[in-house]
Amino acid sequence: MSAFEVKSDPQLWEKLGMDVARFTGMPAMLTQAYTNIFLAQQNRPAKMAYFDGMVENIHTGRIHELMEAKEAGKPVIGTFCVYIPEEVVVAAGGVCVGLCGGAQGSIADAEKVLPRNICPMVKSAFGFKVGKICPYFQAVDFVYGETTCDAKKKTWELLDEYVPTHVMEIPQMKRDKDKALWLDEVKEFKVAVDKITGTETGFDELSQAIVTINAKRKALQRLNNLRHHNPSPISGKDMLLIEQIAFYDEPNRFVENVNALCDELEERIKQGIAVAPASTPRIMVSGTPMALPNWKLHNIIETSGGIVVNEESCIGTRYYKDLIDEGSTTLEQQLERLTERYMKIDCSCFTPNTERIDQVLKEYEQSGAEGIIDYCLQFCHTYNIEAVKLRKACEERGIPFMAIESDYSPDDVGQLKTRVEAFIEQIKG
Amino acid sequence: MVKVGIDLGSRTIKLVALKQGAISFHTVVESSFEPHRQALAFLEQHVPVRAVATGYGRHLVQQHAEVDVITEIKAHAMGARYFFPQCRTILDVGGQDSKVISLTAEGKVQNFQMNDKCAAGTGRFLEMMAVSLGYTMAEFGAAAAGVEQATPINSMCAVFAESEVVSLKNSGMPPAEIARAVHLAVANRLATMVRKVGYGDHLVFSGGVANSPIMVSLLAQELGVPVLVPDHPSIVGALWAALQAELLHHRDSPAA
Repeated sequence: MSAFEVKSDPQLWEKLGMDVARFTGMPAMLTQAYTNIFLAQQNRPAKMAYFDGMVENIHTGRIHELMEAKEAGKPVIGTFCVYIPEEVVVAAGGVCVGLCGGAQGSIADAEKVLPRNICPMVKSAFGFKVGKICPYFQAVDFVYGETTCDAKKKTWELLDEYVPTHVMEIPQMKRDKDKALWLDEVKEFKVAVDKITGTETGFDELSQAIVTINAKRKALQRLNNLRHHNPSPISGKDMLLIEQIAFYDEPNRFVENVNALCDELEERIKQGIAVAPASTPRIMVSGTPMALPNWKLHNIIETSGGIVVNEESCIGTRYYKDLIDEGSTTLEQQLERLTERYMKIDCSCFTPNTERIDQVLKEYEQSGAEGIIDYCLQFCHTYNIEAVKLRKACEERGIPFMAIESDYSPDDVGQLKTRVEAFIEQIKG
Repeated sequence: MVKVGIDLGSRTIKLVALKQGAISFHTVVESSFEPHRQALAFLEQHVPVRAVATGYGRHLVQQHAEVDVITEIKAHAMGARYFFPQCRTILDVGGQDSKVISLTAEGKVQNFQMNDKCAAGTGRFLEMMAVSLGYTMAEFGAAAAGVEQATPINSMCAVFAESEVVSLKNSGMPPAEIARAVHLAVANRLATMVRKVGYGDHLVFSGGVANSPIMVSLLAQELGVPVLVPDHPSIVGALWAALQAELLHHRDSPAA
């Protein structure tokens, strides 16, 4: 276990135009954090080894694969949002990668340009690019941006000066005319992707891509169902990590390894092997996404005597709860069904958004949780305000609920730990 | 056997010792650079002992001594209930944090709110404002109580409020009026938190800031219900920790 080490490849980084001197310390920091937060856990499933390997190769092996795709003329698209129709990219033989945006270290770089009082994810991401300290950002053909919040949509205008940024308009309501708008946006996105390959992807390629990405979402659904078992066969931290890796791994390989892990978890459940006793208070986390390596809240919960049993989040169920109907007979129909699936995403940017409240309550039941912690990144107004409705819905049903607002800095860890522990005490009664 | 409760807060350490179920000793001391050492020294003076720690430093003490831990939220809620058995809502304002806790009729924690990462509306905030007006804490409260007049303070960020106070001073406003304005602003903020959680026909107020009569009366005025303060509001959490130690002792050695 002591052999874990996030690998370095300064030559590759040099080639990508990174600030190599600055980045050199990064793998060691990640090694340290990962060792303390993940490897220190008791009784982890053996098949987590694959995902540990993905972290070891996060700045090297995976980047080589992206570069190979690029050299073969395939599109490599960076993303921050679950609205990206990744099937379109995969159909073109390309790669979709979630970009860096979950660390405190790059925020100072961003604040040289951006205002301070915007969300840490947007600042962190922007900082990774301007500081040249994210190999993924350096490797992409273009960044896919969307209009889910004010901070993002205005930051894309500035980001475009550093890396080409393709912005799609995400409607904020779900009426027919909004769906029509979104279908148009998807078609335009397809044109942008096809431009990189120089060929137009057709029905067969898109069919295959839909099957591939559906398989990824099914594997994650299977895993999530298994982790709901009480006692849990896998920790919430490990689950969160896999959900994060889902955004940058090669889909087929990822599916194979998630399913292998699921097989092991089924076996563990049969044998009664768990990561925490059945009496451990079970917490569901809802709210804003936790971009890698944002493990702060999960780590606090799981070192305070609780276990996280569900993530109602973009890095979580919002990403994989819905599949695309595979029965289309024309390309036009495929794009329509794809759009239908994406319009089911219940991001808080929508109004009204009662679907999300219903979804949270449904997942609460399904996961066997005993309380909900609604996580909101600082200045993420839509989720923060939606927490008011969520709290009310939970109170009406007697569901223990706590809303927290935080960022990536360690300075509120002490206070958060007190709140989380008190919440766990409250659940225990 | 002595049962000890220790509340390691951000500004002070509170210690309570129980003998045969009654308080034999209690104290509030400023926390040093290494607060757990103060706690350890106290524990050494009271062997054999069963102890429970609460507050920010609870886990640090636990790393160095045989103690159980509970959160300050539970400690203050239960401690308030000990003094006022009918109590359903507790406001605890300490150095760094302010919290509102609501309890079920049976006395279980139902809901709580804590200030976000910001010191405005806490004891520390009042201290900073007193310093910038050249008052001691006692003078600060007395000055605020002695005037009717107050211009509203808008900034509830400690740093911005300080510059607001500076500009009010330089506009020639009497310091007592500014003192009242600061107290009103804090009372407003605390009342908003209390309203968010909900409250019944009275409120129990604990923590160091509850020692300030003007804060108590402004809150009562703002919320329109009696605000009840225990005799020693600072030690409410430490007292419950000590009672918890008593409970654990009896659970683990029922014969004793």
